[in-house]
Amino acid sequence: MRQDSCKLLILGAGPGGYVCGIRAGQLGVDTIVVEAAKPGGTCLNVGCIPSKALIHAADEFHAVRSLVGGNALGISASAPSIDLSRTMAWKDGIVRRLTGGVSGLLKKAGTRYVQGYARVLDGKSVEVTTPEGPLRIDAENIVIATGARPFELPFLPFGGPVISSTEALALPELPKRLSVVGAGYIGLEIGTAMAKLGVRVTLVEAAKSILPQYDAELSKPVLARLQALDVGLHLDAKAQGLTEDGTALRVETLGGPQEIPSDKILVTVGRAPVTTGFGLEDLGLSMTGPYIAVDRFCATSMRGVFAIGDVTGEPMLAHRAMAQGVVVAEHLAGLPTLWDKRAIPAVCFTDPEIVTVGALPGAQEGLAVTTFPLAGNGRSMTLGRSDGFVRIVHDPDSGLIAGIQAVGAGIAEMAGEFSLAIEMGATLTDIAATIHAHPTLGETTQEAALKGLGQALHI
Amino acid sequence: MKVLPVKLPDVGEGVTEAELVEWHVKVGDIVREDDVIAAVMTDKATVEIPSLYSGKITELAGEIGQVLPIGTDLVMIETEAEEVEDQPLAPAPAETPADNGAKKPETTKSAEPKSSAQADKTAEPAQKARPRPAVSTSANAPRIEGALPMAAPSVRARARDGGIDLRQVPGTGPAGRITHQDLDAVFSRADHPAASRGPGLPRSPRIGSEEIPVVGMRRRIAERMALANARIPHITVVEEVDVTALEDLRAKLNDSRGARPKLTLLPFLAAVLARALPDHPEMNAHYDDEAGVITRHAGVNLGMATMTDAGLVVPVLRHVEALGLYDIATEIARLSEAARTSKARREELSGSTITVTSLGPLGALATTPIINPPEVAILGVNKIAMRPMWDGSQFVPRKMMNISASFDHRVIDGWNAAVFVQKIKSLLETPALIFVEV
Repeated sequence: MRQDSCKLLILGAGPGGYVCGIRAGQLGVDTIVVEAAKPGGTCLNVGCIPSKALIHAADEFHAVRSLVGGNALGISASAPSIDLSRTMAWKDGIVRRLTGGVSGLLKKAGTRYVQGYARVLDGKSVEVTTPEGPLRIDAENIVIATGARPFELPFLPFGGPVISSTEALALPELPKRLSVVGAGYIGLEIGTAMAKLGVRVTLVEAAKSILPQYDAELSKPVLARLQALDVGLHLDAKAQGLTEDGTALRVETLGGPQEIPSDKILVTVGRAPVTTGFGLEDLGLSMTGPYIAVDRFCATSMRGVFAIGDVTGEPMLAHRAMAQGVVVAEHLAGLPTLWDKRAIPAVCFTDPEIVTVGALPGAQEGLAVTTFPLAGNGRSMTLGRSDGFVRIVHDPDSGLIAGIQAVGAGIAEMAGEFSLAIEMGATLTDIAATIHAHPTLGETTQEAALKGLGQALHI
Repeated sequence: MKVLPVKLPDVGEGVTEAELVEWHVKVGDIVREDDVIAAVMTDKATVEIPSLYSGKITELAGEIGQVLPIGTDLVMIETEAEEVEDQPLAPAPAETPADNGAKKPETTKSAEPKSSAQADKTAEPAQKARPRPAVSTSANAPRIEGALPMAAPSVRARARDGGIDLRQVPGTGPAGRITHQDLDAVFSRADHPAASRGPGLPRSPRIGSEEIPVVGMRRRIAERMALANARIPHITVVEEVDVTALEDLRAKLNDSRGARPKLTLLPFLAAVLARALPDHPEMNAHYDDEAGVITRHAGVNLGMATMTDAGLVVPVLRHVEALGLYDIATEIARLSEAARTSKARREELSGSTITVTSLGPLGALATTPIINPPEVAILGVNKIAMRPMWDGSQFVPRKMMNISASFDHRVIDGWNAAVFVQKIKSLLETPALIFVEV
């Protein structure tokens, strides 16, 4: 068997793994990244990027379609049509460019890339099944960055009409009727895009509300939009399985059992960490529930074994994995880095978008909330979308900002300011006294801070 | 109330100025009559200056290291108007408010805004959210996200690099935020306890430095050394000396010394020089390089480099050539004691014609002694060690000692230096030659 060795071996080239690989390479750490599929992981191949591409295409299509017939802007247009196969080809082009970019960046950093499926032999060595035959790699340190995969419901196994987000982002043609099981952010993002493309979408959610991890105030504008898009919604309803002929989804609702005729059934009920099936369980690492337990250096219970990204638990977000990757790389290069992030932003690319950073209202006793509506913002009016708001959760005495949430079309791009405020330990005064460019949506954040100080100008 | 000066008194005959080497008081201190207020140094000695009055110090004359003429107002003291010396309790109550007067304003100032801020709080609830210094100056300012200290990522990174645990750092920024300035304060505290070190960082660089003013004795030494080393081109000759015979002789003499002082190596060295120098008058000389004159001395006044708490001093053993071995030993003991206790008289610290320097057991293998100007030669002796020496047929253990002698190469040629060193070597190796009149 061929053999190789390195100081750092990274299993998985998703956002966590490839960033760890690039940073380690930059710092002169002899590093190998092993990936079974394509570089970029879920995010670039079957997650964030392709879904954003699909959402953009759907928004464009919907925008043109909504102009058909009379509109206030005075634009006349004829009914659009879409060739989904070309949409998918465009999306694939973006994915190819990004994954190719990742390979190039790894190469530039001096990090080696091995294509193949790795099996952990012990805490210091793995065997990779490569196209050129098996390869044994011995490493001083191993980083588990194997990510997560869509959670499968036993009574709705993937296959046939039942699809996961991966297939939903690569459909060759649009289904007429799509049922979405699970109204979390993935289901809502894809479901909304499909609805905008003209698919008859029905959401089935077991909880009492959509986006159950957020409060009603945040999800309300999204709910309103879903209703405007004529998306069917079953809350407090449990999917039971397919009908015998496989053409409908059986659902137990509060009003009794129902059958929802469906061409495709998208199951988005969460993601499960990939921690088994490649020898990892034999290491006997300490776990936190289904996730690998890690410390502030992303070190596991076994010396020389680290874990980053989705395998370490919620929130399963690419930018969290990337930041963890940097921590591990710098730690192994001898730099005094550790995980001390104050906040991890989360964005739902629903319509309108939702951004949450830090504490939600009521996360702690004594926190105050100041909210400013987009309706009071000039830019949002010129964009034709005034639904939504910016909300700042803060300490009423010191003004220290504990969390910021916002809902609104295009609001995702404001996530950076929100995170920065919390990492810097900003107070309401810091934001209120910072000039925000006019006319931009960002002024809403400043106004919310001013309002919290009792100094709001535009309300 | 009256402000009176304490003048720099006449601290010695012929002394016109003195260098301030230490303040025992600062402005605002309360002193009593006879309390030491300062120390000054003259050519001869360090003198402590007592206060003439009881009262509060209102002014100091200058900085440490400054040279002040005799009669200068050293400090100004605010005294009670009447003669109150025999009422020791009376000034105390009067002084206490005066003392507070000097320090209180700060505390009162900081206390006032706090209470007004609290008044704001109840009176204007709309203003509540505005961050107030009263909140932010607290080290334990409310931190919403658990126990995490509030600090910008750059501050956190800097703290990690410096091994500082931010949980121990009081934040003075808005909402108790730890700022770069707060870190500066920690870094400048060199004695910051181990608590400032993060748990994962057992070693951290020590930060900070200490400035020590070079004053008094140290400054004098520094100036003389710089002058000697800059002006004089030194030639240093190192030679090996077999002192077995000398050490045997010394041991015998010490065994039977009775009430006489114990003999160290130094009296023998003095005797060797006294014996050798008449044949080498160029070594027992002063060179006035400005006047271009060499003064050869008939008598040998031996300077002995001596370490004291204050630094290097060189007491002088006068007319060694006229003294016996025990007289020399007695005189050396007296002089070194005087030098160590700063009681040496001025004439005991000047007038040497040649100098010996020895570090005893610390004497190393060789040294490069610096000449004591205006002399032209200095003899350094290194440590004695038992070494195997070849006697022609076998190795024998011998007590060996190196001597390192420096000469002013402007007036002493290398050949002369070498001959002189050989002369000393032969006298030390055959000690009988020191005492035999040929």
